Amino acid sequence: MSLDQPVNDSEIMETEIKVSARGVGVFYGEANALRDVDIDFRQHQVTSLIGPSGCGKSTFLRCLNRMNDTVDGCRVVGSIVLDGQNIYSKDVDPVELRARVGMVFQKPNPFPKSIYDNIGYGPRIHGMATNKTEMDEIVESSLKLAGLWDEVKDRLDEPGTGLSGGQQQRLCIARAIAVAPEVILMDEPCSALDPIATAKIEELIDELRQNYTIVIVTHSMQQAARVSQRTAFFHLGNLVEQGDTEQIFTNPVDDRTQSYITGRIG
Amino acid sequence: MNTLLLIIALLAMTTLAYHVGRKRALASVGGNGHLLHSLPSYHGAYVALWCILPAAIIVFFWLSSENAIINSMMVSSLSLEQQDLSTAEINLILSEIRNIASGAIRSTNIDETKLALADRYGELQFLSTAGLIVVTMGIGAMGLLYSRRFIAPRFRARRWVERMVMGLLIACSIIAILTTIGIVLSLLFEASRFFTKVSPIEFLFGLHWSPQTALRADQVGSTGAFGAVPVFAGTLLITIIAMIVAVPIGLLSAIYMAEYATPHFRSVVKPLLEILAGVPTVVYGFFAALTVGPFIRDLGESVGLNVASESALAAGLVMGIMIIPFVSSLSDDVINAVPQSLRDGAFAMGATKSETIRQIIIPAALPGIVGSILLAVSRAIGETMIVVMAAGLSANFTANPFEAVTTVTVQIVTLLVGDQEFDSAKTLAAFALGLILFIVTLILNVIALTVVRKYREKYD
Repeated sequence: MSLDQPVNDSEIMETEIKVSARGVGVFYGEANALRDVDIDFRQHQVTSLIGPSGCGKSTFLRCLNRMNDTVDGCRVVGSIVLDGQNIYSKDVDPVELRARVGMVFQKPNPFPKSIYDNIGYGPRIHGMATNKTEMDEIVESSLKLAGLWDEVKDRLDEPGTGLSGGQQQRLCIARAIAVAPEVILMDEPCSALDPIATAKIEELIDELRQNYTIVIVTHSMQQAARVSQRTAFFHLGNLVEQGDTEQIFTNPVDDRTQSYITGRIG
Repeated sequence: MNTLLLIIALLAMTTLAYHVGRKRALASVGGNGHLLHSLPSYHGAYVALWCILPAAIIVFFWLSSENAIINSMMVSSLSLEQQDLSTAEINLILSEIRNIASGAIRSTNIDETKLALADRYGELQFLSTAGLIVVTMGIGAMGLLYSRRFIAPRFRARRWVERMVMGLLIACSIIAILTTIGIVLSLLFEASRFFTKVSPIEFLFGLHWSPQTALRADQVGSTGAFGAVPVFAGTLLITIIAMIVAVPIGLLSAIYMAEYATPHFRSVVKPLLEILAGVPTVVYGFFAALTVGPFIRDLGESVGLNVASESALAAGLVMGIMIIPFVSSLSDDVINAVPQSLRDGAFAMGATKSETIRQIIIPAALPGIVGSILLAVSRAIGETMIVVMAAGLSANFTANPFEAVTTVTVQIVTLLVGDQEFDSAKTLAAFALGLILFIVTLILNVIALTVVRKYREKYD
């Protein structure tokens, strides 16, 4: 397997495998959107999924927290193992799974509630705080982790929708962190943001790597190169190539990867 | 008939004007449309508007003043002693003349002067119609010729047309506003006449409603008590019963349709529910009076309750069913309008479907839901037919839903139906009731708007 290729950075190889996908395929009705994907995601690493539009990378990302369950007519085959348990087995509750695998979306989607309630929503529905003090702590630490605390600490009761786009996206990241997930999925988290907000989010992703396993879908190859340790390239519903980011961008094995990263397909 | 022909002719001329303007615009640049400032169709529309607008205004004023002018001319040609008669008698004579002129009265012994007057009337009418046609078509043609001169390559026809269209839009909205103001003013005026006869204190706080007064001394009638509290209490009672039925059923079915039902099921059931709103209220009325009312009475008797066969409960229940679609259909639309990204966000946090609906979607859709409930309330307050048929006419001051009650709208109907004199307290009371009803619904709307603005959770 390509995962076992020699790498320069020994630290990368030492971390444990957190999520392991085998033979994953997705069907929308009869259409086969994704075929036979085998990939591992390691702890304390950022893995970016790249590829042209419609290649199935977002579809695959949504398999990792079973968000595809909410789509009518969508069927997932294969197995995805999180900490030794197949998340598609019958005894896994998708609601519990999603508390362990958080997600940040392409467009910032804060709830139409106050900043405080946006962060507090997840802990509340999962019963993580027993009193107001604990909840305050969760809100503060989540916002601090997301680098938003200093900007909003004086207006926690203002609506989250009143923040700027970049702040909203960091609010959504803080919201995801608040339920203490193990894995964070990000679906093109910077595509609706300006370069400065993007830089902040990228910095944040790099910090979050210390505590979480992160999978990020991105259209920007520079972004993939900047934030991720490993990269997987999808094309037309197939996982074409995966490996260390540096290797994928400097010395891709597959011709299609080569063409994509040099801008000839996409 | 003549007016219809005139309108058709005017429209034909407008079409002609459009083509004239368009052709001239194109001709002015030798067929190169791109040299024009505005598209040729705008030049056409410019000429067409000049053709039809002044003419239409003339037609409107001519038709609305025609009768008055002809009548006054007829009056002046009556004999002197006839001119001294009262207005009502003059009107009688005039209508007789009109009937003779139109051939509705065919009798051999019509008096000569009246025949002559009828002839004169026919003549005046013919003159008026002919004048209208000539003047209108003349103005139209003048407008066409006048505006046609402006057509030039650099002429900004688009801006003029858009300005005229904007004027048209403003005129339409002003008509709506003026109508509302007119209604309010007439209500205020008539109600103030009522309040000179009955004191506002008695009307607003009196507990006895019995508006039937004797017209003649020898008639048996009640003394005429105008305490409106029982009437408003009846409206309130029936509205509350209706909302207790309609809001939960409507809202829950909306949530089911928007969030749980398959698209196929929804596409079948939603129109079916909306049919409920299309059933004429009189049909609901006899359903309430003949089926629901007696059923409730029998049910009450079987458990030892004394229920009137015309009860507030029967009317309220049926009215509630009638307004279910107002709540469900509108709420369904606003729930559907909540962006999918909010649902995704909640699901991705590990929220269950019911948590997502209760804590994210309903709060986000709340302004629309409150709006739909308000619409339902105003429907319930304004509903008349069901109450007339199922709740009775007696103004009982009671909170017992098993008794017969009456509502404001029903009282307005009963006060104004039949032969009435329009200066008695009885008929004027209808306007006072209408005014209070109007004020109450206005206050309700303002309160709801404020509440919505304060608690709305805005999403982008």
